[in-house]
Amino acid sequence: MKVRVLVRPKEGILDPQGEAVKSALPALGFEGVNAVHVGRLVELDVESADEVDAMCRRLLANPTIEEYEWEVVG
Amino acid sequence: MGGGRVRIGVTVFPGSNCDRDALHAVERLGAVPVELWHADPDLKGVDAVIVPGGFSYGDYLRPGAIARFAKVMAPLEDFAFSGGPVLGVCNGFQVLTEAHLLPGALLRNISMRFVCDRVRVRVEATDTPWTAGCEAGEELALPVAHNEGNYFADPATLAELEDEGRVVLRYLENPNGSANDIAGVCNEGRNVVGIMPHPERVSDPALGSDEGLKILGSVLLGAGV
Amino acid sequence: MSVRETYSALGLSEAEYGRIVELLGREPNYLELSLFSVMWSEHCGYKNSRPLLRRFPNEGERVLQGPGENAGVVEVGDGWALAFKMESHNHPSAVEPYEGAATGVGGIIRDVLAMGARPVALLDSLRFGPLEGSPDAGRNRYLFREVVRGIGGYGNAVGVPTVGGEVEFAEAYSGNPLVNAMCVGLIRVEDLTRSAASGEGNLVVLLGSKTGRDGIHGATFASDELSEESESKRSNVQVGDPFAEKMAIECCLELLEKGLLVSLQDLGAAGITSSASEMAAKGGVGIEIDTGLVPRREGGMEAWEVMISESQERMLAVVEPEKAGEVLRLAGCYGIGGTVIGRVAGHGDLRVFHDGEQVGTVPAEHLADAPVYEREVVRPAYLDEIPDLDPGVLPEPEDYNEVLLKMLAHPNLCSRRSIYRQYDHEVGTNTVVAPGADAAVMRIKGTRRGFAVTTDGRGRHCYLDPRGGGAATVAEAYRNLSCVGAEPVAATDCLNFGSPEKREGYYQLAGCIEGMSEACEVFGTPVVSGNVSLYNETDRGAIYPTPTVGMVGVLEDVGRHATPAFKREGDVVVVIGSGSRVSLAGSDYAQIIHGQVAGRPPRPNLQAEKRTADLVREMVRSGLVDTAHDISGGGEIVAVAEMALAGGIGIEYTEGELERMTAGQGGGRADVALIGEESGTFIVAVPEERWDDLQEALVGFAYDQIGETGGDRLKIGDLVDVSLEELREVYERDLFE
Repeated sequence: MKVRVLVRPKEGILDPQGEAVKSALPALGFEGVNAVHVGRLVELDVESADEVDAMCRRLLANPTIEEYEWEVVG
Repeated sequence: MGGGRVRIGVTVFPGSNCDRDALHAVERLGAVPVELWHADPDLKGVDAVIVPGGFSYGDYLRPGAIARFAKVMAPLEDFAFSGGPVLGVCNGFQVLTEAHLLPGALLRNISMRFVCDRVRVRVEATDTPWTAGCEAGEELALPVAHNEGNYFADPATLAELEDEGRVVLRYLENPNGSANDIAGVCNEGRNVVGIMPHPERVSDPALGSDEGLKILGSVLLGAGV
Repeated sequence: MSVRETYSALGLSEAEYGRIVELLGREPNYLELSLFSVMWSEHCGYKNSRPLLRRFPNEGERVLQGPGENAGVVEVGDGWALAFKMESHNHPSAVEPYEGAATGVGGIIRDVLAMGARPVALLDSLRFGPLEGSPDAGRNRYLFREVVRGIGGYGNAVGVPTVGGEVEFAEAYSGNPLVNAMCVGLIRVEDLTRSAASGEGNLVVLLGSKTGRDGIHGATFASDELSEESESKRSNVQVGDPFAEKMAIECCLELLEKGLLVSLQDLGAAGITSSASEMAAKGGVGIEIDTGLVPRREGGMEAWEVMISESQERMLAVVEPEKAGEVLRLAGCYGIGGTVIGRVAGHGDLRVFHDGEQVGTVPAEHLADAPVYEREVVRPAYLDEIPDLDPGVLPEPEDYNEVLLKMLAHPNLCSRRSIYRQYDHEVGTNTVVAPGADAAVMRIKGTRRGFAVTTDGRGRHCYLDPRGGGAATVAEAYRNLSCVGAEPVAATDCLNFGSPEKREGYYQLAGCIEGMSEACEVFGTPVVSGNVSLYNETDRGAIYPTPTVGMVGVLEDVGRHATPAFKREGDVVVVIGSGSRVSLAGSDYAQIIHGQVAGRPPRPNLQAEKRTADLVREMVRSGLVDTAHDISGGGEIVAVAEMALAGGIGIEYTEGELERMTAGQGGGRADVALIGEESGTFIVAVPEERWDDLQEALVGFAYDQIGETGGDRLKIGDLVDVSLEELREVYERDLFE
């Protein structure tokens, strides 16, 4: 099955990538952007979803600075 | 540590690129350099370990995230828990935080740019095996070269680090946005130290400075050499 | 698609197609035609430049390997040799700057690795359109930022220090940036590896990453003018993986050390086709490749796609059958792929199979023998229309402080720190003199020796006078190495030009090569490797003709070197000249302050220049001088300012000196004297107690004691008086803000 894991900076963590994108968008004429956060998308093809949460905790995300969510997409 | 010369191990992960520099600096110290191959779960009886800089596993996913699961890390963790001196430099610092041997994490530089420069740092703690040869408050000019050196820890952890004197090096000019200008920290046992600056790059007067030997050489003092 | 449409789409002319049919004695199939199209492109086949390239001197005492291999090699003593080459990645960088620059770095590292050398230094010559005041300023800034990021992203991760380079901005490069990367590798003389295949029955092993559809027809793409269409050819651009490259470096060096390889070649433009046919042609043997055995990253790839794919981080090796097992095992240890994909054969053909079935066969020597187009060199009209630059037509500045501040703030003259701060220039712990000096100086561990390396280019000068500019480019490199105390030994180059099919482009190419060759002959610095990048044009015209030169020099005692920084207060500052005329023609001053690109800069007097540079080097080597710099863009005043800023120590000109200069070389004008440009002139500084020794060394040379170091201001008579702090403020600007 296909699983999609979304990893992103925890709320309140400095996100310089997000800040850089946020300041770049108005320069291209896109106004009204209040906040941008840049995260990471991990696509897995796994036999079972049982251990996906453990994979996230141990490797895919760093709980000190990141939070994650995942879903089965097919 | 026995009667012979001190043996200092340097881990080599795929993508480490300061491993040879660290081995060379160890040799200059007069200690025995020992290469510790990532796939070999054996510390070969070394007296201390340096986890060097570079881009282990390409820094893919997060710097240090994959290296921490390399086979050599299991004996290294045992060594650290039993009080063995471990120094993480740059990517090595990132590996040690990912392995939870040190608190906190290293984020992208606030400038979003790689930074390679000399920066001045102050030695804040001399009661670690890697700074015992320095004087408290001593200022050193050390090279940095990193993309993710912006030290982060939650406020409680930061307070704890400060209260317990576990900030080992502090930037006098902060190159990356680190919290509290932190350039290096140690664990509770004080035997595991992680620093962003590269002491091995200033370990030879031929390159203009050997101030880095004060840090690398500190570990020999503890060994009674 | 008709036959004609097919070969045209592949970039082959009717005459070229006819020649292929004649050579084969039959019509080629699509795969065979593809092989010819990539191998006969300018990028691989040098079909427009080959007759001109023969002009370059390429032999010398220290030369172990001249042009024709993956990189040139020179001996440096104590059993050590340097392998080095420079290569362009202009077109890929115009389309996708980060990956274009990154893969340019990756490619040049593999060229040096293929000689068996450990890559130890990188440099980059870059050109972009202006960052401000141009209709394309926004795009230019984007290209500049991403190219620098790409160079750092790859070089920093792969662990090879980026120790030098240069950058300039001019409108002629808007839309067609130049990205030239140079790599230097270190090798024991006896370990030198070459690429010729040999031994019928030996196996061909592909090492490194899997093969995808990256850069299909990239070699032909690099030889086309840039157009709207190529902007959308994004699939042409390869993506770099410095991690895979790092593993390939360590793996190949171990394979060579253990004597497991017969020969080695990197995969660059035109992929397996180019590598295999060159290995076969050089060895006078044939190679059979089965594309079905090549590990692929995507499904459904056809044999011709596998053959010409430019997927990065791959090497091709010839291995004796009994050693293949160990080669593949070691590749596994380093986590890189290793696969037997073919064998060396006696027939002399490059034969392609797919799962055992032959799908094409071409004699390797024919692929390596691209047609040659010799054109008539005709002087283009523009050269006779360039107005002379009589200083009389330029108003003399009223405020020289302001002029100096404006010059030092200009992107062409300001500090490069905001660039090289993004490059790891110290990894490897060999960097003795870091970026910011005239040349980088590197030590060779375990010896007293070192080497110095620089890259230089003078596009504007070459535009105004191709032959003089070509010579001046080489002369600048020679001066830069001499300033740090190194003996220049050999050069590499990237010839970046417009279309050779146009009169201007071909004349500029021929003229620059002539001037470069003359200079290389006089200086004794043969050209041992290089690369040609033609068709650097957009719909607004061609770039400035921009040959860039990378030169390496040797230091017997690496501790005896000089840098531009003033080191002490009270040093005597001396200008040493070669008798060149000082001129505003083609100068940075004329362009930055007066907006003029005109006049013909004085041609260097090569003999006199060599004599002066050699003297400066001897003074550094003997330990007499530790502070030296050459006068280049921005003239004497900018050179002096750079020395003061680098050392954090000011300078005051001797009383009456300004008046003497103005009346002398200035011809009555202070701006000509101070900011005009000249060839072959150096500035050195020595402590008072060495002044007598210096004068003794300078007997027979033209020199002028201009002032004394000290304080924190730059003071020249009553014309210039400005604090270092003010100068630093403008000079140390961040080029990315």
